[in-house]
Amino acid sequence: MVIVGGGGHGLAAAYYLARDHGITDVAVVERGWLAGGNVARNTAVIRSNYLWDESAAIYEQALKMWETLSEELDYDLLFSQRGVMGLCHSVGDVREAQRRINANRLNGVDAEWLTVDDIARICPIVDLSPDVRYPVLGATFQPRGGIAKHDHMAWGYARAADALGVDLIEGAEVSAIEQRGGRVTGVVTSRGRIAAGKVAIVAAGHASIVAEMAGIRLPLQSHPLQALVSELLEPIHPTVVMSNAVHVYVSQAHKGELVMGAGIDPPNGYSQRGSVQIIEDQMAAAIELFPIFARAHVLRTWGGIVDVSPDASPIVGLSPVGGLYLDCGWGTGGFKATPASGWVLAHTVANDAPHELNRPFALERFSSGALIDEHGAAGVAH
Amino acid sequence: MLRVPCPWCGPRDEIEFRYGGPATIAYPSDPDAADDAAWAAFLFVRANPKGPIDERWYHVAGCRRWFDARRDTLTNEFLG
Repeated sequence: MVIVGGGGHGLAAAYYLARDHGITDVAVVERGWLAGGNVARNTAVIRSNYLWDESAAIYEQALKMWETLSEELDYDLLFSQRGVMGLCHSVGDVREAQRRINANRLNGVDAEWLTVDDIARICPIVDLSPDVRYPVLGATFQPRGGIAKHDHMAWGYARAADALGVDLIEGAEVSAIEQRGGRVTGVVTSRGRIAAGKVAIVAAGHASIVAEMAGIRLPLQSHPLQALVSELLEPIHPTVVMSNAVHVYVSQAHKGELVMGAGIDPPNGYSQRGSVQIIEDQMAAAIELFPIFARAHVLRTWGGIVDVSPDASPIVGLSPVGGLYLDCGWGTGGFKATPASGWVLAHTVANDAPHELNRPFALERFSSGALIDEHGAAGVAH
Repeated sequence: MLRVPCPWCGPRDEIEFRYGGPATIAYPSDPDAADDAAWAAFLFVRANPKGPIDERWYHVAGCRRWFDARRDTLTNEFLG
């Protein structure tokens, strides 16, 4: 079979196909270089505190896999469960957050309500003054959330998949998906044709373009999502802080950079760069929440192309074409889900049927109406 | 930052505008005959090309009028 896309999700799927299902005649084709797309461009935040049952189940599966993934892949992923905090700045925020905490607990996801005093104890650098424009009234907290080294995860999966016999082919851009009688028969790439009875589209921001080669129009819109890092600083920020109202999320990487992100650039785009006002806004938000950051300097900004679905949930499962599978639409929040995404995609491909965890994320939900609306659950664009 | 060509005000900075997404979304011509798949396509499926796209813009901090523009999503060049 062929996996289109050599990013985190595609490499994870290849690994689990080989490990769990004994399927090793797998080619991962990547138009650029391995792990050079969104898995190299995210902010590496990991959490599972989503509102709806379907989301909590798949993201919690991912978080549980993260907890043993370094050993599994024999690669130090620098997975650090330093907690993820979601700040509340209004009565509406507080009600929404407490509802989500209760929903999380019912789903076995660790979630706590933090008072302002609790926040001061866990993350003393947040400005908790009552007289600022958006005073902090409390926060959600998931202690098991945190960050990891995104590149290490992708490289770890690539190495492990390679060791099990998977072929990783770089510089191979797919230009056609061949079909006969409603089933896929292969893909045409810039490095030649590959015959395949099964093909999975795991192409993130380019998923809708690849799917159109098979005659499938996906309900996805591609946008730049920007992030930035500061220069290296002494350890100052002990957790991950997100704020919807002020709109930024911030953590500190192991090496010392402050890592920040916020929302997408609104216009559709494939240029892997965005507009400067998006960066200005998230820096202003960060300084509002963390006055101590005011003299930090931006080291680097960048953008990735994210594929956003109408309900902010992924599309993982079968497609209208036989033997063609979809794992896309992860939008702004796919990094954290990588292990579970690859795991359920491998199950779906091997059995030609979805796993229980990805059954709700089928493409059909857009015509059945069973949407999984996660626009609000992330705190920020996630 | 994009310079967006408002047909009434001329090229202005992107921060003056709200993005309206892909243009030319036709309401189903015979709504009573449209099945679930047709409604899903109308509600959720939009053009997402890597290249020229026709899209809606709203000059919210200017003339407050909507207009269509054509832009290349890879180069960000407005194509008139």
